[in-house]
Amino acid sequence: MVERDLVIVGGGPAGMAAAISAHENGVKDILLLERDQYLGGILNQCVHTGFGVEYFKEVLTGPEYAERFIKKIKEIPEIEVSLKTFVVNLATDKSLTYLLPGKMETLRAKTLIMATGCREKTREMAHIAGTRPAGIFSAGLAQKLINVEGLLPGNKVVIVGSGDIGLIMARRFTLEGAKVKGVIEIENVSSGLVRNVVQCVEDFNIPFYLRHKITRIYGRDRVEKVDVVQVDEKGTEITDSKFEIECDTVLISVGLIPENELIEMAGIVLDEKTNSPVTDEVNKTSIPGLFVCGNSFKVYDIVDTVTRDSLEAGRLAAEYLL
Amino acid sequence: MKKRLTCVECPKGCVLSVDIENCMVVDIIGSECPKGKKYAADEIENPVRILTSAVLTEGLSLKMVPVRTDKPVPKNSILKAMEEVKKARISKAVPAGEIIIKNLLNLDVNLISTREVKRV
Repeated sequence: MVERDLVIVGGGPAGMAAAISAHENGVKDILLLERDQYLGGILNQCVHTGFGVEYFKEVLTGPEYAERFIKKIKEIPEIEVSLKTFVVNLATDKSLTYLLPGKMETLRAKTLIMATGCREKTREMAHIAGTRPAGIFSAGLAQKLINVEGLLPGNKVVIVGSGDIGLIMARRFTLEGAKVKGVIEIENVSSGLVRNVVQCVEDFNIPFYLRHKITRIYGRDRVEKVDVVQVDEKGTEITDSKFEIECDTVLISVGLIPENELIEMAGIVLDEKTNSPVTDEVNKTSIPGLFVCGNSFKVYDIVDTVTRDSLEAGRLAAEYLL
Repeated sequence: MKKRLTCVECPKGCVLSVDIENCMVVDIIGSECPKGKKYAADEIENPVRILTSAVLTEGLSLKMVPVRTDKPVPKNSILKAMEEVKKARISKAVPAGEIIIKNLLNLDVNLISTREVKRV
């Protein structure tokens, strides 16, 4: 079986920082696998500003932040990038199988860094009753449809949860001419950054319902309306507080969960609640020489800290290998 | 008059207490860095935002090119500026940082690309 010194799975901000750092720390054979047709990961659809304030000391958009790392990687011949490459199996001995257009390959990594990011929690995880019509999207999917595919998924939007992506999409839909009829948050504060509440919701006078929740989605083919109720501090519904909001689209923004199916396949134990690998040290796992960084290690609020910790993962990989 | 503001310059979100007289800022406390003072003064006297969006392409490697204004625009011009962004089309390969709309709405700001797009 072909053996490579360092394989990195995921070409988003975490994988790119890990690759650059591993190279800087002396690793000469690096293979970076990315399933999309571009490097950059989720940053490519995050067209808003706010990235890089800590790491670059300037305000960048997502694509601009990604571009700085992509450029650097292209300048390093020891980093081989394989796009459209989807890893389907990972074994305890760090051998992995992946699909490329038209073929399937297997190799063994002496050192492996997993930087597979996270996924959005779904409507099912938020336990919302009702029908299953078209028009229910996770906030990040709507973001991809608008910013990358050029499609507007709806005209009258209700957002469930107030995570950062949901708040940013409240502004994005408004800018595109859709009406955001409310952001519904079960807690008494937003789960997103304060700056996003200010510049995405308050700036556009979007109704922000704290201590409220959606109890039912209506609609046969397409979403027609939702029921909203007020809740007390324990989350219990307050009697007679129910009202309806007419809408054609519901966005779900109730949190993120690390994507770790591959390391689970290799036998690494995941925390039942957070889906992060169970470990006492940042980036390390129970398998020697197998590291996890970025949002697949834990869900970060800002990319600058993903970069910081992933640079450390690259260093740890070099230390293990050399 | 005292007003509480949340600075949006960085993810910290400092809460600022601003002292205002005749629509002008006379004192600001609570800011952890100089950006906050400038933000508070602008926010009261002339609120501005960087506008970000994406522009449709014709025959290029990406369907949409992400864009932003190279300087902040007045908050009350944002929706009007979006009308121009929606009308724009990109049909030639551009690097990141290329001007897509020059002098947007005569606001003395340019709309620039934030990602490279190539020919198919």
